[in-house]
Parts: sequence; C-alpha cells; structure tokens
Amino acid sequence: MPSLEINGQSIEVETGSNVLQAAEQLDIHVPRYCYHPGLSVAGSCRMCLVEIEKMPKLAISCHIQAQDGMKVSTESEKVKQARKSMLEFLLVNHPLDCPVCDQSGECDLQNYYMEVGQYDSRFLENKIKRRKAVPIGPHVILDQERCILCTRCTRFCNEISQSNELGVFNRGNRSVIDLAPAKTLDNPYSGNVIDICPVGALTEREFRFQCRVWYLSTQESICNGCSRGCNISIHYNTSLSYKAGGKRVQRLKPRLNPHVNRWWMCDEGRFGYEFIDHNRIESPQLRAVQGKLQTSDWEQVLQEVSTGLKTTLENFGPEGIGVIASPQLSNEELYLIRKIFAESMGVQEIGTRNPWEKEGFEDDFLIRGDKNPNSRGAEELGLNSDVKAILEKAASGKIKILYIFQHNFESPEAQEMLGQAGYVIFQGTNWNKTVEVSNAVLPGATYAEKDGTFTNFEGRLQRFQQALLPLSESKSDIEILSTLARKLGYPVTYLDAEEIFREWWGRTYQELEEFGELLNGQKR
Amino acid sequence: MAIKQVERDLTFRERIYILEILKALRLTARHLFRNLFVHIAHRFGLLRRLRGGVTYQYPEERRPFSPRLRTLHRLTRRQDGSPRCVACMMCETVCPAHCIYIVGGEHPDPQIEKYPVRFDIDLGLCVFCGYCVEACPEDAIRMDTGKLEFSSYSREGLIHDLQELLSRSTTPPKR
Repeated sequence: MPSLEINGQSIEVETGSNVLQAAEQLDIHVPRYCYHPGLSVAGSCRMCLVEIEKMPKLAISCHIQAQDGMKVSTESEKVKQARKSMLEFLLVNHPLDCPVCDQSGECDLQNYYMEVGQYDSRFLENKIKRRKAVPIGPHVILDQERCILCTRCTRFCNEISQSNELGVFNRGNRSVIDLAPAKTLDNPYSGNVIDICPVGALTEREFRFQCRVWYLSTQESICNGCSRGCNISIHYNTSLSYKAGGKRVQRLKPRLNPHVNRWWMCDEGRFGYEFIDHNRIESPQLRAVQGKLQTSDWEQVLQEVSTGLKTTLENFGPEGIGVIASPQLSNEELYLIRKIFAESMGVQEIGTRNPWEKEGFEDDFLIRGDKNPNSRGAEELGLNSDVKAILEKAASGKIKILYIFQHNFESPEAQEMLGQAGYVIFQGTNWNKTVEVSNAVLPGATYAEKDGTFTNFEGRLQRFQQALLPLSESKSDIEILSTLARKLGYPVTYLDAEEIFREWWGRTYQELEEFGELLNGQKR
Repeated sequence: MAIKQVERDLTFRERIYILEILKALRLTARHLFRNLFVHIAHRFGLLRRLRGGVTYQYPEERRPFSPRLRTLHRLTRRQDGSPRCVACMMCETVCPAHCIYIVGGEHPDPQIEKYPVRFDIDLGLCVFCGYCVEACPEDAIRMDTGKLEFSSYSREGLIHDLQELLSRSTTPPKR
C-alpha cells in the first residue's frame, strides 16, 4: 500500500492505482479527456499532467502508478501553464460552434477553458474543415470538427461493446474519428459513446436540438427496461413546456453503480422512455353498459370498483376475486396489493408473470431477457400464482371480478378469456389491449412519477425516486390502492411509499445503501 | 417610505395669498407672451437664436430618439434572407422576464445546423432590458427598429412570432 502526498495532503492508496485515482480519493479533480475509469488508459490528451517531485518533466497522472513517498502537485504554476497550452492546442481546429452544439453546458472543453483558458487567441492560420453532423448510427451523430481525438469512443467500441465500429483515420492534424468501412454504430450499447465523449463530437440524435442541457433537472432512478435494474438519472424539463413538443422526459443517462451497470446502460433502456409521455391514460374511464369506455371521475370509478369488490366478496367470497399484479410495479405497491387483497380480503391467488410474454433479447453484459424490472421482487413477495389459471377461472365464471395491473394481454387466447370474464378492472399507465376489454380503468403513474424500490434479477434492492408529477389526472398506485382500501373499510393509512417500505423492510430510504442491498435469501 | 416633514412658517405677505397669486400669473403670462412672440417671429424667419417653448404634436410629430434607445425587437437576416438566428437560446436563457420562446430545428445546411422553428417574443412580459441583444452571439436580435407603439386589443396580439420579427427593418435615428 503506497502512501503519497498530493497538494500537501497524504493518502494511502491500493497498489496499482494511479495518481489520478489517488487524487480523486482526496476530492482533487485533475482535468482529463481521454482517461475514463471504465476504459483502458490511452494517455493521449495530456490534460492530466501533474508535477511530481524529482521527476524531470510533468507526468500524466492517469498513467503513472502511485508510489510510496511521491510528492505530487496538481495545481502548481507549471501544471496550470501546461494545461493552458494543452487546451490551446486542442482547440486549434475546434470550430467553437458552442451556440449550436448540444454538448454546451456539459462540455469539458468549456469547463476547463473557464478555469485555465488562453483567452486571447494566437491562432492566425485557417482551421481544418472536416465533416459535420454525420449520422453514424441509429442514435449517434458525429461532428469531426469538434472532436479532440481522446479516443474514448473507439476504446469503448473495442473494449466494452467489442464491436469495433469506430477508429482513428489519417495522421497528424488530419486525424479524424470515423466509422470503419461498411459499418454503422448500431451495437446495443452505442448510446454510451455519447456519455463518454467529453466534447460535442458525438451527440444524441433523439435529443438533438430538443432542449439546452441547462434547462434540464435530474432525478436518480432505476431503469425499468429489464430485470438488470441499471442505475439511471432521468433528465426532464417541466418548466418550459413548449420545448420538444411538451415531452417531459428528455433523456436518460446511466449512473455509476459498480455492482450493477458500472458506467453503462443499453440503448433499449436509454431510449425506452417514450411511454412516460406518450399514449398515456389521462383520466379514469368507465364502460357504460355494453358500450364504450367513457371518461369519468375518480370518485365515481372508485365507488363502482369498491362496490363491485364488496358485493363480490359478500356473495362469492374471496374466490370470486382474481388479482393479476405486475412486475412493473414497485415492491411497495406489490406489498400493498398483497396486504389489501391477500391479507385483508383473503384472495389466495395473486399472479404477476404474463405467461404469453416472450423472453426478449439477452446478452452476457447488461441486457436481460426478462423485460420487467421487478419480477424478482414479486416472486419474493409471494405473488407468483399462475396467471393463465386465474384468467381461465375468470373466463369460466368462477372469478367474477378481475383486477389487472399494467399488463398488456395481447395474445388472442388471453383476449378471448378476458372477453368472457365478468368484470375487469385495469390499473395502469398506458392504453393497451387489456384496457380495451376492461370495465373500469384507473390511470396509474409510471416509474418516473413515483418513489419506490425494484429488486433486480440477482436480488438487489434498489431505490428509484420521483422525478415528475403523475400526468394529468393519473395518480400514484399507492394513492389509488389506499383510497380503494379505505372505501372497502380496511385501515390503510399510508401516505407515501417510504412508509410502506419502512413497514416492509424495517428501514427508511435514507438508510438503504447507496448502491442497493442484496436480499440474502431473507423473505419478508 | 420615510417621510421628512419640513415645517415652514409663512410670512405675512405669503399668508394673504393675493400677492403670491399675482406673482405666479405674471410668470405664466410672461411665458405665454414670450412664446407667442418668439413663435410668430420664427414664422417670419426672425430671431432664430431664441428658443420658443416646445410641445410635440404626437403622433404627427415625433421626438428624435437617442441612437442608444432600445425599441421593438427585430431578427436580422443572412444574405440569402434566412434568419441569422441559430436557436442557441442564449437570449431565452438570459431573459429575466422569460418572454422569449424558441424551438430549434435541423437546418438542411450542415454548416448552419440549427435554426429557429419557432421564435416568439411576448411583449406583454418584455421589460426592454436589452439583455437578449447583449447575449446574442450571432448579432441575430437587435432592438433598433425605432418603433415603440405595439399596443394590441388582445394578449395574444402582443406575442410576436418569427415572421413578424424578421419582417421589421431598422429605422436610422433622426438627428
């Protein structure tokens, strides 16, 4: 364990770690472009130069191993001068088109230039023209002029996605990043090159010109695209509703979790946020006798649903009620469903897994075949009865009233069974095939609009936080279920998800560890 | 606000008023007859050195504006007539009244890249601070039209859109 001194502060670091990482542990930020903790070291940008005592020249801190007795300075005059010169050099052929660049506001060139910039230009020659605004894949757009050739993107494509689409072509000041011949950047993780690009060379096509980054707010969340449970940040804009056609969620970005997704996320999850603002059920619906769904109000719908449940319970007992919960719901909501339907009413069988849902694309990195974020959580809570059997009972008339959460039963077999079912209540977020055959529709909230926890496939309990208010008239599922329970006469007094979590898990959200906790086989 | 009261004792002459009123009437009459005389003299081309009292017959007659005066906004054009604005949203960001609404779009020319699909200024909110002009990196917005009358019968009428802003031209300040 070498111990070294950085800017006068001593620290002991693990053998093999570099000076930059050691500085990071002391909260000293060393400017860098090419260094990324998830990639190999290239040492090409020369921004992380530091002064080390008894070394003849400045050294790149990303590649020098921390050694015992080192005396490092990251802020000396010599270092600052080197940084300034490096920046001047990197900006020689940079077009400085910040006004139209989507990166501006989160661009490292801008950030470091504000600190140590050569404000008076000495460059008299003509800048080299390169290709601009080239779509190089379904999600990524390349601007070669803005590129500083840090090669983070090429290293990502070589090392992480291992698809080798990008490379550096030509030599000297004519070097450019470009696609390898006959390739497009369409690997399932291509979006990550946008995040790791420190400048505006690689930007997102979906986000292009939608909104300036300084208008965005951020909330920590968990991706609901598959059972991996990648840690993400939701970037949203609610104050300027005329931007991007009123879309609230502008983009998703991965958040570091060393145990789950590290710095990455897949494109499927990254661009799978459209359902939050699109095709939503905005108000409660009731089906008139033998008719179409009609917009109604909460009071009326909840009254009809609770009366239906109550009379069924009185006349046919808990066997007359079927509940199909969803693995899209949070642990807290599933716990509440279990509490109301199983523990208070006595409904024996509550299913979650859609038997017609096919396993999706899966690989050995992040993407899982199970496209539901909380299948494991539902399993752990014991809500794993056979959904097909419940639907069959509903079709044959044994189950009089069927309460379905979120599921989209598209298959003709399920549609037929649902058609024969007596009374179907749907609680969910988006219009789908199940809504079409439902008698009462309760609009719920998406994961961006509520607090809660998901349990990923390996049993890691992770918290996600509310970014937005439920759209229009929709409400969080906990609020809907609590109101319904009170109407049915059960003493449910939860105000928010945290209260349920405390009852279920025994601790507050604050006490939950930053990167989530493994269940370790304990059933609750 | 604190008010400072100044006590002042009136003299006997001031307290009987009549003399003070006559004093004021003398002042008014002096101005009236002086202006009458000077303006008539001006008509005959005499006494040019003397200035008469001035009233502008607005709106037929207008005061010359200072060249620095901030008047109604306009958007400038490129040589080919398209807007200079690149929808960088600097003006929208800096605007303290939040009266500028911009939506950017993809320009067919990759050298320009971005252009405003929508550019609205809500003059009902605008405080004419001129920050938008200061912030603009492209000299695309200016406040040199020399127009200050923009009243409208509705609030919607105060929202000026891209075409309207582009259609204005500058009025060189009169000297």
